[in-house]
Amino acid sequence: MENNSSILTSLTINSKDYKLELLPWVSLLDTLRERLNLTGTKKGCDHGQCGACTVLCDGKRILSCLTLAVTKNGSDITTIEGVADGKELHPLQKAFIEHDAFQCGYCTPGQICSAIGMLREGKATTREDVKELMSGNLCRCGANSGIIDAIMQVKEGIDHE
Amino acid sequence: MENKPLIGQPLSRLEGYEKVTGNAQYAAEYNIPDLLYGYVVNSTITKGKILSVDVSDVLALQGVVKIFTHENRPSLAWFDLQYADMDAPPGTVFKPLSDNIIRYNGQPIALIVAEDLETARYASTLIKFVYEEETFNTILSQNLDKAREPKIGMSTPLKPPPPKPTGNFEQAYASAEFKTEAKYRHGTEHHNPLELFATTTIYEGDGKLTIYDKTQGTINNQLYVANVFGLKYKNVRVLAPYVGGAFGSGLRPQYQLFLCVLASLELKRNVRVTLERKQMFSFGHRPQVIQSLRFGADNSGKVTAMNHNAVGETSAYEDYNEILVPWSHKLYPAANTLFEYKLAPLDLATPIDMRAPGGVSGMHAIECIMDELAYKLNMDPLDFRLNNYSEIDPSTQKPFTSKELKQCYKKGAEKFGWHMRNPKPASTKKGNRLVGWGMATGIWDAYQFPARAEVILTKEGRLEVHNATTDIGTGTMTVMTQIAADEFGISVDEVSFFYGDSKKPFSMFQGGSAITASTGTAIVAVIRELKKKIIKKIKDSPNSPFKEIPEDQIVFRNSGLSVKKQPDLFITFQELIKANKGKEFKAAKLAGPDLLKLRKFSKATHSASFVEVEVDKDLGTITVTRAVTAVAAGKIINPKTARSQILGSMIWGISKALHEETLIDPNLGKYMNANLGEYHIPVHADIPEMEVIFAEENDGLINELGVKGVGEIGMTAIPAAIANAVFHATGKRINDLPIHFDKLMGHHGY
Ligand code: FES
Ligand code: FES
Repeated sequence: MENNSSILTSLTINSKDYKLELLPWVSLLDTLRERLNLTGTKKGCDHGQCGACTVLCDGKRILSCLTLAVTKNGSDITTIEGVADGKELHPLQKAFIEHDAFQCGYCTPGQICSAIGMLREGKATTREDVKELMSGNLCRCGANSGIIDAIMQVKEGIDHE
Repeated sequence: MENKPLIGQPLSRLEGYEKVTGNAQYAAEYNIPDLLYGYVVNSTITKGKILSVDVSDVLALQGVVKIFTHENRPSLAWFDLQYADMDAPPGTVFKPLSDNIIRYNGQPIALIVAEDLETARYASTLIKFVYEEETFNTILSQNLDKAREPKIGMSTPLKPPPPKPTGNFEQAYASAEFKTEAKYRHGTEHHNPLELFATTTIYEGDGKLTIYDKTQGTINNQLYVANVFGLKYKNVRVLAPYVGGAFGSGLRPQYQLFLCVLASLELKRNVRVTLERKQMFSFGHRPQVIQSLRFGADNSGKVTAMNHNAVGETSAYEDYNEILVPWSHKLYPAANTLFEYKLAPLDLATPIDMRAPGGVSGMHAIECIMDELAYKLNMDPLDFRLNNYSEIDPSTQKPFTSKELKQCYKKGAEKFGWHMRNPKPASTKKGNRLVGWGMATGIWDAYQFPARAEVILTKEGRLEVHNATTDIGTGTMTVMTQIAADEFGISVDEVSFFYGDSKKPFSMFQGGSAITASTGTAIVAVIRELKKKIIKKIKDSPNSPFKEIPEDQIVFRNSGLSVKKQPDLFITFQELIKANKGKEFKAAKLAGPDLLKLRKFSKATHSASFVEVEVDKDLGTITVTRAVTAVAAGKIINPKTARSQILGSMIWGISKALHEETLIDPNLGKYMNANLGEYHIPVHADIPEMEVIFAEENDGLINELGVKGVGEIGMTAIPAAIANAVFHATGKRINDLPIHFDKLMGHHGY
C-alpha cells in the first residue's frame, strides 16, 4: 500500500465503456461491486472456491475475485446485468425461473454466467458432462437439480438448431 | 371466468426476475454515498486475555478512519438482558469488544474502519495484539466428564428438557430377546450460506438508523440494536428484502451488525461491514454431539425398550440446547424409555440452530439403531417400522392432528422399488462397486408462532399485504402472495406482499419451518377481517344490490364481490372502492395457534427416505446414486417451491452423511478448514437422481390452512438412510459422520 499510484484501466462492461483509475491490487469483483455498483456479481468466498463471482471476459467464464482489474485492460466483460437483451431474458434466465433453479438466488448470477461460458466451450455432451463442468459453482441451498435441468433444457434447444 | 384455486398451484417464484438478472440486492449491496468500510479483526488465540493493543502502524496508514477495540469501545448497555435477542439461550450473551477476555478462537476483537475495503483489509494485518494464553478445551470426546444438565432460561419452553422415563428401561432391556447398542459421533458443521454476513448502516442523524442486514429476523435485530445502543425502537429500521441463505445462522444478531452500528453511531457515517468466508466460521455452528443408544425388542418384533443419551457441546458462556433425544418415542410405542441430554461447555463460540437442529442428529442415531435391530430380528427394515407403527403419539398418548407416515412409507417404497431388495449385506455388485439400499424415517415438529398481518384494499383495487418476515430462499414471498390471493379472490398479479422489514407488523424470526403456518395463518385471519368490514360497508350503503343478501352468501372471487348462487350479481373491487367514495379498506390482526384446541393433540411432520449408494470396493469412495423422499407435511401451498425445499434439504442430508465437517486442531483450538475449498459441500457432480413425493395429508386441526412447514423435514431421514445403505452395501456400520472412505477402509467406526 506504500505505492499509491493508480493505473488507468479501460474496460467495456455490458457494452458500456469505462475508464477507471484503479490501484493494482483491486480485484475485478470489487471493482464491479464497490466502484461501479454492478452488484449482480456476487462474492461468496473471494478465494476462487465458490463460483459466485463468475463473469464472462472476452466470452470466457472467469472468476472475478481472482482477477486483478488492471490486468484486464481493454477487455470486454459481461456480467449478469448484461445477459438479458433489454427486458427480454436470456433463455437460461427463463429456464432458471421455470425450473426453480434457485432458492436464495445468491449463487444464481454466477451459475448463469458460468453456464453461458460452459455451453460456449462446447465440451459438454451429456448431463453428466454438464454436472462435472458446472461443479465449480456451488449452491448451498441445494438447487442443483433445477440448475442442471435448466441448463440441459437450453443446451438441448441449442443442439437441436 | 372463475379464478383457479391458487393454493396448490406450482407457481414460479415471483421474485425470479430480480434474482436471474442480478437486480435482487442483498445486505452488502446498498452503495449509498460516503460509505465507510469496516473490517473485523479476530482473535488468533483460543483462550486468555488481551494484554495490549498496538495500533500505531494502522493509524499511520492513509485512509484509515477509526479503530475500535475493547480499549476505546464507548460504554453501552451493560445489562446482559439488553443484549439478549429472541433466540438467546440461557447464559451470558457475548458482548463484542466489551472486555479483554478471549473466549474462543476467532472472537472479534477489533473493527478497523477505512475509506475503502482494500485499506481496511490491509490495515487489519498491521494491528498487533499481545495476549496472555490459557489452556483450553475444544474437543467434545475429550471432555465428556464435564457434561452436566443444561441451564433453564427464557428459551427453555421452546426447547424443553427430555421427557421423564417411562416403565423400567434397565429391566426391560436386560430381559429383551433382541437388543443392540451403539454410539454415534457427529462433528462440527457450519451453515455457510453462500452470501457472506454483512450489514450496511445508513446514518440518518438524530439517533436514527436504517440498517440492511443479513438476518432471519428483522424485528429480532431491530430490538437488539435499539436495546444495546439505547435507541428508540421507532428509530431503528432493519431491512432484509433478500437474504442469500441462512439455515439458522441468521436467527441471532451476529457480530458484524453490532460492530457496524457501533461505527456508524460513533462516526455519524454510513458504514458497511462484510465478513470474509473464514469469518463465517467464527460465530454459531452445529455442535459436536456424542450419542449412546440401547434399543431392545421382543420376539414379535416390537420395540420394548429405548434408551437415548446425548452429550452436546456448548460454549463457556451460554447453554445452547438442541432437541436430540425424545424423537424415537414420538414414533415407536415402546413401554420403557430413558432419555438423557447433557451439555459439556467448551472454549468455542456458542452453537446456533442449523437446519433441522437436534432432529437430524438424533434421527440419524435412532434410525440406524432401528436398522441394526431389524437385522438382528431378521426382519425387513421397512416391515420393522410398520410393525412398530403408532397412530397416536406414544410419548403423550395424544392423537396427532394428522399423520400420514404410512402413506410415505408405501409411496416411497413403491417409487424406489424397495421390495426388490435382497436383504443380505454386500450381496449386490455392479462391476467394481458394491450397491446398497437403505431407508429411514424422518420427523420434525410443526411449529406455529404468533404473527400479525396488515392488509389494504387500495384505491386502485389491489391488495397489499404487510408482515415483517424474511424470505431466506424458502419461497415465502410467493407462498404468502398465493395464500392472500386465494383467500381474497383476487389474482396473484394484483397482490403485493411487503416483507423483510422491521417496520412491518410482527413476525418471529424465520426458523423451525414455522413461517407458512405463522404468517400464512395471520394473513388468512386478517383477510377474513377485511372481508367482514367490506361486507358490512356494502350492506349498509344505500341502494346496495347486496342489501338483502345474507352475509354468508356473499363471496369474494374474480377480483370482486358476488353471491354464491347468483354469479350475475357482481361488482369489481374498483367499483367497490368507488362506492366507498374512493377510500381504501384496511385491516390488521394478530393470529396465533389455537392452544386450547391443540393441547389435546400432538403435531409433527413425517417423512420416509430411500437411498441407493455405490461403494468402490478398493477405494471405499461412496456415491449416492438415487434418493426418494416422501413427505407428509399437511397442505402444500406451492408444490414447486416446496419440492425445492425438500430437494435442498435432501442434499443437506447427503452432505451431513458424506461430506461436510469442520475440523478442529486440538492443539490450537481452532477450525482448520475454514474455507469452501476444504469445507466440503456437495457440488453438482455429487447430486444423485432425486424424487420428492408429497403424501396427501388433510389436517383440519393444526391451523386454518392445514399447513405444517417443509424447511427441515426433508433432511431428517437422509443421513440414517445413507448410513444404512452403506451397511447394506458393505456389511460395515459406520456411526461417525461424515462417512468418508478412510473410515470405511479402516473400519475404526466410533
Ligand atoms: S467469490 Fe470468486 S469464487 Fe467465490
Ligand atoms: S440458490 Fe442459494 S446458494 Fe444457490
